[in-house]
Amino acid sequence: MTYEKRFDGRDFDETRETKVEIGIIPRADGSAKFTFGNTKAIATIYGPRLLHPQHHQDPEKAKLRCNYDMLSFSVSERKKPGPSRRSTEVSHVIENALSSVVQLESFPGTAVDLEIEVIQADASTRCAGINAASLALAHAGIPMTDLISSVSVGCIGNKICIDLRKEEEDYEEDDEKMATDIPMAFSTRTGKMTLLQLDGKIKPKMLKEAIDAGFKACLKINEIQKKALRALKLKE
Amino acid sequence: MEGKKEIKDEKEKISKKEDEKIEKIARDMVIPGETIVSGEDYLPGEGTMREGKKIISTRLGLVEYINRLVKVIPVSGVYIPRRGNNVIGKITDINFNGWQVDISAPYSAFLSTKECFFPRMIRDPEEFLSIGDMITAKVYSIKRKGIDLTMQDRGLHKIEGGMTITINPNKVPRVIGKEGSMVNMIKLETGCNITVGQNGIIWIKGESIDTELFAKDAVLLIAEKAHVEGLTGIVQEFLEKRKKGLKKETLEKKEEN
Amino acid sequence: MEVTNITKKRIIEYLEQGKRFDKRGLLEHRDLKINLGISNMAEGSAQVFLGKTEVMAGVKLDTMAPYKDSEEAGVLMVTAELSPMASERFEHGPPRIQAIELARIIDRGIRESEIINLSKLCIKKGEKVWSVMVDIYAINDDGNLIDAAAIAAVAAIMSAVMPKIDKDDKVQYGDFTKEKLPTTNAMPTTVTFYKIGSQWVIDPDAEEEESSELRISFAVSFPSDKKSKSKEIDKDNAMINAMQKGGGYAAVAIDEVKDLIDLAVEKAASLQEKIKKQID
Repeated sequence: MTYEKRFDGRDFDETRETKVEIGIIPRADGSAKFTFGNTKAIATIYGPRLLHPQHHQDPEKAKLRCNYDMLSFSVSERKKPGPSRRSTEVSHVIENALSSVVQLESFPGTAVDLEIEVIQADASTRCAGINAASLALAHAGIPMTDLISSVSVGCIGNKICIDLRKEEEDYEEDDEKMATDIPMAFSTRTGKMTLLQLDGKIKPKMLKEAIDAGFKACLKINEIQKKALRALKLKE
Repeated sequence: MEGKKEIKDEKEKISKKEDEKIEKIARDMVIPGETIVSGEDYLPGEGTMREGKKIISTRLGLVEYINRLVKVIPVSGVYIPRRGNNVIGKITDINFNGWQVDISAPYSAFLSTKECFFPRMIRDPEEFLSIGDMITAKVYSIKRKGIDLTMQDRGLHKIEGGMTITINPNKVPRVIGKEGSMVNMIKLETGCNITVGQNGIIWIKGESIDTELFAKDAVLLIAEKAHVEGLTGIVQEFLEKRKKGLKKETLEKKEEN
Repeated sequence: MEVTNITKKRIIEYLEQGKRFDKRGLLEHRDLKINLGISNMAEGSAQVFLGKTEVMAGVKLDTMAPYKDSEEAGVLMVTAELSPMASERFEHGPPRIQAIELARIIDRGIRESEIINLSKLCIKKGEKVWSVMVDIYAINDDGNLIDAAAIAAVAAIMSAVMPKIDKDDKVQYGDFTKEKLPTTNAMPTTVTFYKIGSQWVIDPDAEEEESSELRISFAVSFPSDKKSKSKEIDKDNAMINAMQKGGGYAAVAIDEVKDLIDLAVEKAASLQEKIKKQID
């Protein structure tokens, strides 16, 4: 199959329309909303704060605890409230994606709690969640060596596409799934990858191309994140 | 010979300056990961780190240069206790040798009975401070296992009456102002007693609840507009306007009666 | 930090003067904002702000076999999650009593008012009926989550549309019809009264709520005569569909309760006007 034109007419290296809002949840220490087209995710940070019980504390650094969840009505078939195997895994990879840049040694024995909720899902939910989480962490004043920027890269037929929609992700031809979904995240300052997953099948050469394309896209996303954070100064 | 050395020094200075690239000026808002300045002469201060020749921000905040020292003043973040800080806290637990105090920090704080002025010999710590009581105290030691507080200093006491408000601790310097000028202005115009804890907890006590709320609104205004230019003028205007409004209210009430 | 004892005293003192810190009347609501359709995947959804308190609710429909004791009626379920996003006090894990109580009070209000016509949700008697799942999520807690959640649930229900089903009675998700979820005009509106010191208030913010020792919630609806074409709320038709005393261990005098019942009707009527303006 050759994917000549994207279903929604976008360029292959173009993300959907992004929207950012910071400080949407006043009670939290930090909060943000990040949107990729129809995918909306919100994130909150509470912390650093005391970790109970004491024997769970890490005496050398803070514990970054991440919980990713989807609202029951964010997806077409109702998602039963509560954790699922999928949400548990996604929580874990998100924690993994953010931990390398957070200076956890600054707050030994404490907890930094991240909560992500997907309000409306149209693929790339963990990527939107990570982008919102980075903003919330900065908003909460958590020291970091960089923001993490994330995007999903797809390979449909022989074409690399940035920021898959569900329609692309689900596309089948002759009962065969045509798209490979590669969510990734970068510390764009260093160029290092912090999230790397794959769902589908892809040739090694294409995978390498996909990673390069993803990095380019994340550079743009990083600019969007920075712009939104800078605008906080004017808000006051 | 001296002449050659001078020329060499000058050349070195010039080439160093060429290496130097200041990307952010003072009071620019910087983001974690952003380069503030590149150059070997600069020193990374609080809120920054060095990466090769570059000094990178690790916090969301405003750039500050103190000669060659580069700092980032954070605009957000929880209260991190420092020795000597005056704080306002709440008693959360009591045992035979002191009290556990909540000072809105991610660490537990303890006030030993030895660190209080007892009005007289008290056998039971609870007679002096009970759970829920509020105190002004000073941070005198920060250890791995927690923070030690003392009340053995001028002006430290158990809080009675008035009300407390909470602000982002990063805004406390603005609320206090240069040598207390801002908070003193509010005290004068509202007639309230105001104690500002470095931990963002503020105690206000006035002649009436209305004046306490007046002072509260002034403090919240400062916290909201902490990074705006001409803040002193804005606050002055607010205080004058409100004072007029309050006077009008009291006159109207007197007329009604 | 929780509201401090000294601030609590001031709140109580000020209320005795008939005043609140934010200059509201004791029986005055904060600004209400309702946004519908916050998830295009839901058959109905709403985001509600009551002051800074924020709640989201959504309706998902599905088909299922009916319960044995009501073979011709649709099935309704209401759940609530107090997400740790909304407050540093909320923890992870299965819903605790606060979330369960909130969901059940709102459930009773919806069920007893019959706002959803469950009898119209039968597809095949004894075999297939519609299930209506209402899920509520607290997003920011600045007091009075119960009433904000009740508004969100009802707004989601009133704006819900039926999805398409295929010949095997399987739902075609994402394929919405123009047909709305069958509702009546008996919209339940919840008003919770909080006792702070000696005074009763409605819609407290977080500090006020922490200063209260007791609360009583009332769900009130105004079912109109079938003959009446008027859309106006007629207070004479008021029906109490749910009531719950909670929030603390204090006891309450009978006369106080009777006064509150009358006030509940008043406040529910005016709140319902505001809600209808935003969702119609």
